[in-house]
Amino acid sequence: MSSPDTSTTAPSPSPDGSSRLSYAEGMALGLREALASDPTVRLMGQYFFGLTPWRRLTVDIRERFPDRVWDPPIAEIGYVGTGIGAAISGLRPIVDVATASFLFQPFSQVVNEAANIHYMTGGQTRVPMVIHVNHGIRGGGAAQHSHSPQAMIWNTPGIKVMTPSSARDVRGLLRTAVEDDNPVFWADHVKLFDHIDEVPDTEERIPFGVAEVKRAGTDVTIVGTSLMVRRALEAADMLATDGISAEVVDPRTLVPFDTEAVLASVGRTGRLVIVDECHQSCGVGAEIAARVAEHAFDALRAPIRRVATADVPIPFGRPMEEFVEPTTAKVVAAVRSLLG
Amino acid sequence: MLPDLPAPELVAQLRTMLRIRRFEEALIGLAADHEIGHFHVYVGQEATGVPALALLEDGDVAYTTHRNHGHLIARGVSPAGMAAEILGKATGLNRGKGGTLHLASAAHGFPTTSSSVGGPLPIAVGSAFAFQELGLDRVSVALFGDGALEEGAWHESINIAAMRRAPVIFLCENNSLEALGQKANEYPSSTLAAVRLTDLVDPFGVPAVALDGTDTRAVHEAMAAAVARARSGGGPSFIEARTVRWPGNRPLWPQLLTGETDVAYAWDPERIPVEHEKWWARQDGLLRFLRELLGAGLLTPGDASAIDTQARAEMAGAMTFALQSPFPRPEEALEHVFA
Repeated sequence: MSSPDTSTTAPSPSPDGSSRLSYAEGMALGLREALASDPTVRLMGQYFFGLTPWRRLTVDIRERFPDRVWDPPIAEIGYVGTGIGAAISGLRPIVDVATASFLFQPFSQVVNEAANIHYMTGGQTRVPMVIHVNHGIRGGGAAQHSHSPQAMIWNTPGIKVMTPSSARDVRGLLRTAVEDDNPVFWADHVKLFDHIDEVPDTEERIPFGVAEVKRAGTDVTIVGTSLMVRRALEAADMLATDGISAEVVDPRTLVPFDTEAVLASVGRTGRLVIVDECHQSCGVGAEIAARVAEHAFDALRAPIRRVATADVPIPFGRPMEEFVEPTTAKVVAAVRSLLG
Repeated sequence: MLPDLPAPELVAQLRTMLRIRRFEEALIGLAADHEIGHFHVYVGQEATGVPALALLEDGDVAYTTHRNHGHLIARGVSPAGMAAEILGKATGLNRGKGGTLHLASAAHGFPTTSSSVGGPLPIAVGSAFAFQELGLDRVSVALFGDGALEEGAWHESINIAAMRRAPVIFLCENNSLEALGQKANEYPSSTLAAVRLTDLVDPFGVPAVALDGTDTRAVHEAMAAAVARARSGGGPSFIEARTVRWPGNRPLWPQLLTGETDVAYAWDPERIPVEHEKWWARQDGLLRFLRELLGAGLLTPGDASAIDTQARAEMAGAMTFALQSPFPRPEEALEHVFA
């Protein structure tokens, strides 16, 4: 990993009104903007950047907003629950659960409390909070630090889910998430942190439920989320050298999900490969595949293919880890298998 | 003993206790003929909840449990709306989406009611966190049974509350006294290695008291001190209010094993049936409070009977309202997933 320059944390304006920021800087920008724009926003926890060098960005946030960051004990049930109660009573907390595998400690708070409250009170009470995790295979995380629980959360009505893949998206989606009156699950991936993107110098709120075609193509649609968008784009580059034109669609949010955008793309290409870091069974890819099979069966000229994490716990050693995860090479192979 | 309060307030508390008692008894009667699922009643704990919650003000919040009916009535929630919710009707507090386990009335300071044991504990701390951060002079109350102290959420919640000096009151209603539990095929009692529940609080430096939950003066004074501490920035408090489990609360489904309450038991011991003499003569907090009011000359048997007659009529009306209310349209099941 390159050593990030964290000395300048504000985007430097460029003539065309945007700045080149890393994904991590996009996160930090979104957090700073959210804190600055609403005095009720609080950060609970401070491992937004994991143990990467980018964690120094939290120092800047602390200095700017010394009274707005709370360092909770190692008590995920306690501090996620605290976030829920704080949201009920007037704050807009952004609660960091850090590594997504830790989400299972407060899982009851997330799926059995936060997700249900608005519904089971008949609409009386709102829980405007954001729950942040860093999901996925970060490298050497083994079975207990490598989870991608977004499919489990998608299977839980009452929580919105954002899975950004770029600095611009994470910054713009975060602004929308913090202003939403519902619980929002925010899944980042530490392997995205170094990725550079153009980010507008003006404030931007990216609406939920609006997919973005990250690359236009005609032969096959590749749908990915979070880090898998980057792998899909790498695969599309490689496929282009073979004369295969792949379209890469990034839903950006799972809840709400822009089904129409995926169906429209499949309508153009007739083929679908889904790249998903969840385990294959009942993963994000499974739901997307089902929707396309239900609603665009006639448009398909080939079977839907999923490139997902194998249905095994994540192994520690790198060769085994790479064997089970959805790699760029596997995406390329899946596309080629469809185009024979 | 009676709390040091003006007579009209004490009589008002008796009225609230009787309204709770008659609501629960009417509900048990209703359950015989209508499917309302598993439910829990507050019979026998009125002398804790009523004086304790009377000390809260508008804007204070309370997070209760599956045994919530008495708490809501104590803070002025409409019994008709509660009964309708318990029957899943459109006129229910939660529009038929919550039922007995989740009765909530945000307008009365019950933002949400969780039936997950221990689940609301950190949420109550969270409201207190918000009150601190927003500079509000408000109190958050976690109402829970002794069983919740078995949960890990308890440890995490008391730790955070203590470290933050959060304005939260942990009011544990220990209704397991004389409960037999699983081994007797009854409703389970708590399973804790700790002998004294306050031992689970002491290491955190939070003031903790254990008291008789049928002693309204003790409840009032402990809760008043806790509320004052919370409002003045003194941080959290823990109160264990001990009550004997009402015999009708021992089976998995509540039953009127003791028969309905007869307020005359308070002034005419001859009427008390032998089978449940211990309960009616010594363990029921409501009757104890009534006896103390009578003994202090603050009301007459006739006054008590009149209040009781009103309470019975009100709850009969609440049940009728619930029965006559329509169910929500089935399609409403798809509403309120998101705000």
